[in-house]
Amino acid sequence: MTLTAEPAPARDSVEEPTAAKIAVLPAQADPWHSAPFARSVADEVRALVARLAPAQRLWLSGYLAGGLTAAAETPVPVVAPDTAPVTILFGSQSGNSQILARRLSQQFAGRQTAHRVLDMLDCRKADLEQARELVVIVSTHGDGDPPERAAPFFELLFGRKAPQLTRSRFAVMALGDTSYEHYCAAGRRVDARLEELGARRAMPRIDCDVDFEAAAAGWIDSIVLAFAGNAATMVHPLAEPVSAPIARVWTRKNPFAAEILANQPLTARGSTKDVRHVELSLDGADLSYQPGDALGVAPRNAEAQVEALVAQLEFAADTPVQAGERELPLGTALCEHFEIGTLTAAFVRRYAQAAHSPQLRQLADNATALQRYLYGRDLRDLVAEHPPRGLDARTFAALLPPLAPRLYSIASSPRATPDEVHLTIGVVAHESRGRVRRGVVSGRVAMLDADATLPVYLHRNDGFRLPADPAAAIIMIGAGTGVAPYRGFLADREASGAPGRNWLVFGDRSFELDFLYQAEWLAWRRRGLLTRLDVAFSRDQAEKIYVQHRLREHGADVWRWLQEGAHLYLCGDATQMAPDVEGALLDLAREHGDLDAEAAREYLLELQRQRRYQKDVY
Amino acid sequence: MAADPPRFDLSAPVEALHSNERVKYDSRQLRGTLTASLDDAATGAVDETDALLTKFFGIYQQDDRDLREERRRARLEPRYQFMVRVRLPGGMCRPEQWLALDALAREYADGTLRLTTRQTFQFHGIRKRNVRSLIQGLRDAGLDTIAACGDDNRNVVCAANPLLSGAHADVGALAQRIGAHLLPRTGAYREVFLEEPPTEPLPEPEEPLYGATYLPRKFKIALAVPPRNDVDVYAHDLGFVALVEGGDIVGYNVLAGGGMGMTHNKPETFPRLADPVGVCRPDDVIAVAEHAMCIQRDFGDRRDRAHARFKYTIEDRGVAWFRAELERRLGRALAEPRTVRFDTSADARGWTQGPDGRWHYTLFVENGRVTDRPDARLQSGLRAIAAVHRGVFALTTNQNVIIAGIAARERSGMAALLQQHGLLNTERPSALHQGALACVSLPTCGLAMAESERYLPSLLDKLQLLLAECGLTDEPISVRMSGCPNGCSRPYLAEIALVGKAPGKYNLYLGASRSGERLNALYRETLGEAQILESLRPLLERFSAERNAGESFGDFVVRARIHHAAT
Repeated sequence: MTLTAEPAPARDSVEEPTAAKIAVLPAQADPWHSAPFARSVADEVRALVARLAPAQRLWLSGYLAGGLTAAAETPVPVVAPDTAPVTILFGSQSGNSQILARRLSQQFAGRQTAHRVLDMLDCRKADLEQARELVVIVSTHGDGDPPERAAPFFELLFGRKAPQLTRSRFAVMALGDTSYEHYCAAGRRVDARLEELGARRAMPRIDCDVDFEAAAAGWIDSIVLAFAGNAATMVHPLAEPVSAPIARVWTRKNPFAAEILANQPLTARGSTKDVRHVELSLDGADLSYQPGDALGVAPRNAEAQVEALVAQLEFAADTPVQAGERELPLGTALCEHFEIGTLTAAFVRRYAQAAHSPQLRQLADNATALQRYLYGRDLRDLVAEHPPRGLDARTFAALLPPLAPRLYSIASSPRATPDEVHLTIGVVAHESRGRVRRGVVSGRVAMLDADATLPVYLHRNDGFRLPADPAAAIIMIGAGTGVAPYRGFLADREASGAPGRNWLVFGDRSFELDFLYQAEWLAWRRRGLLTRLDVAFSRDQAEKIYVQHRLREHGADVWRWLQEGAHLYLCGDATQMAPDVEGALLDLAREHGDLDAEAAREYLLELQRQRRYQKDVY
Repeated sequence: MAADPPRFDLSAPVEALHSNERVKYDSRQLRGTLTASLDDAATGAVDETDALLTKFFGIYQQDDRDLREERRRARLEPRYQFMVRVRLPGGMCRPEQWLALDALAREYADGTLRLTTRQTFQFHGIRKRNVRSLIQGLRDAGLDTIAACGDDNRNVVCAANPLLSGAHADVGALAQRIGAHLLPRTGAYREVFLEEPPTEPLPEPEEPLYGATYLPRKFKIALAVPPRNDVDVYAHDLGFVALVEGGDIVGYNVLAGGGMGMTHNKPETFPRLADPVGVCRPDDVIAVAEHAMCIQRDFGDRRDRAHARFKYTIEDRGVAWFRAELERRLGRALAEPRTVRFDTSADARGWTQGPDGRWHYTLFVENGRVTDRPDARLQSGLRAIAAVHRGVFALTTNQNVIIAGIAARERSGMAALLQQHGLLNTERPSALHQGALACVSLPTCGLAMAESERYLPSLLDKLQLLLAECGLTDEPISVRMSGCPNGCSRPYLAEIALVGKAPGKYNLYLGASRSGERLNALYRETLGEAQILESLRPLLERFSAERNAGESFGDFVVRARIHHAAT
């Protein structure tokens, strides 16, 4: 068995949209610049890798991955030349698709199936063409949109340069949320498009709602069966692909009961908001996390809410209904499994149909009127005004959307506070139609004391990490609770003695009342850890000032930091802040980098590919 | 005569002196890093050394002490805010200036105006980001805040009100001129707060009188016109008492070395009455003021700030020394001091008429706080009056304001406005309330040990009941409260004084003269409210029973040797 040493494919025959066009990008934009190698070592490694064929690189990656575990055996896998490895291509917004991709990868590895896991962000045309065995996992975000990181891939797939994929086989898993109109739209479009491009569908597409765990497990099994047989095989077992340990056993269905050590308001008396600093004990959890990860909190609707709803519905609380794959009494199902808070257009339409309510149906057909109706109303309001005539409990429950987990970006570093995890939770509580509506998790947290517990599990987010190089500078942009992971970043850098410069740009409403963690940022600034601190408080003056204004003001400095290799982070609200900040970044790239609009966009995209521009927006 | 006291003064190298001297010295005539501090949007505070420098411009960094603990737990910095004190030459303010100040208070401060015990206005609760706007607003009204605090010559106070007589007018004008003459000249105020470009080239020296280190501590000057000692002239570093003959001022008694502050349990600190030095000619007042200040500049203690006031310089070296030094610098001798007679240190009440037929109304402002309360709408009332008044507003050093220069035909209209806003109250509050002084203290003052402004009125209500029980209902006993021993409300010159020691606890002083010519003395320490009233009851009963005709409570305390009987 010999390794065929094919020459690396000539790079200029493949479309490389980035390097050539960005002549203005200095060498420092090269990802190797911030890689943790000495210059000479880096050069050697690059030179070697450049000489390897894709199959050889794949072997090498497996070899290296295996070498990182305690496994003594170093496997010598062989790639049969006429079979292709499976490509698991994922497009992730909040990390779920990536988690599933990883699970599938473990399954393949267990069956010695050669495969690679590829983020859509990193997928070039060549990767797509060469992915003969293609498994796609993609989530839909917002109203039918692909994840942000996947945008370039979608442009490629749906654009004129999309390759013909007649020699490929594929299967798509689409993740979505039935509360939205265009459920799983991104996945659906990919599925249809791949077929259009000539690829052969190996399995029907599967659409998964927020409660995807059960369905996903079954699908993964089917995929493995469908693809493992045809794909390239390994001779010896590959060691489990290594990544930082995921929570071993804690999941949404089996969360860890974390004791609350502290639950302290961060907003001052008189603030329009109520944000809490919550410290949880991880003692006994054996749960290790990294700054940038999120903590999922298993949601549960408030008992009083459910009781009132059941009373309104006039169903018996013990009536058995289908809740996912289990059968539960209605009361329990409404507590644990179904969303009974905010109404969505999609649900109201379903309900209008099923409840034979012409009045409601008419309302549902009028988009503007429907929007107005939805505002400030929840399920209880809806069934009070339009009772479920002619529906039994089972049918009613079947209409309801599942209760989605709530994720909170972690605001601490295990290096600084071992056995603890800190969260920054914005309490949702507002009055409407004579009742206070509370957030499912945040409303509960607001009323919990120390000693109570919160059911949590880790939600890894590899898309939001500190740079590997501790000397790399970071620019952290966040608004409101979006500042949480940056607290973890700084705590981590302080604990590890990382010398890199740190710049925080923070925005909220009021300097006096909403400056989350102000005393800590100031202390870090005094100690020199926080190099720069710029703030924007929208309601402190007549005109609204946000973080993007500060970015524009200091555009020259931002550009300079980026040129010097800084990593950029954005965390917070997706609808308003993220687009405005992106706009500011593009503008400053154009102004200070002397780039045209297209080049500026490419520049940001390239930063993303280099993992130097990471976002955690929700 | 003691040996020459050690020289911790201007002749010593800066490093040997108190660290504040170093701050002043390095600050480039008070510029420091003020601009950067004001521009730093991440904190509501200025840099620590800059906080010392802002005082020279009447700007005092404070924080809301009521919120300290809860903000600390919320990981927020203290709720920083600034007090800004105006420099008000002669204590006078034109109606349009009053309106401007009122508007500035509502826009940038906590909405109220505070009349101080030194005849000027204070704003409270200003956020750092609005400080410059406030200062510039003051500029637009023809006012500034220079040397309203800090180690410099403060607002020069004068007998209220300048429209009362020819002598009062002279004294008022003199107060303004002294203030102008001794005003710091640094361009820092214009550059940092008014945001004007620096004068090019800077005059050399920029501070001919103050130099790089200004004074060892504050310097306070007062001018009095007997027989009303409203300014408490004996409480000042330098006092000028007008000697009036036939309506003209023929000279001034120069007084030196008065001062109120002390530190609890530190007997080397004490309040002191100014000593008479000599008589100077009216033409020499400015020169005397300058030389006196410069003598303090040269000889005052710059190592121990608790020993730095002029009163200690005089106490240590003697009045004779001072007089000799003053006469040497002045170039001529002073005449021997004359006896003067003061009746009271309280303000006149209600309506008085000046020699030119114009009327003046002394409006009682409880604790100097101009605000609207359901029973007395002071703030909107004064706004309404300012809109029509054609005279001036003359502030008093007893935290009140005189609506001065009301033409006879306008008097009834003015009375109507006062009545409308509940301000024409001759029966209430009582004489006790009207004569009382309280410093600001909590929640803003960083030095406060106990409540003052927020507490005194309720204590006075209880005291008033006591007086009534003793048949002393209208007795104008002077009561002053301060939140700490620094004595900003001049407590040591009150017949009854409460000096804060700890939350809810006060030291009780008794026995000053009603005319401000004798200090009181400590009677009991660390008393809560019940104990204060318990202590006073028997004394007031005795006073009522045993007093001589026309004898004040303070004088009675001394005559009856009350302190000696105290256990």
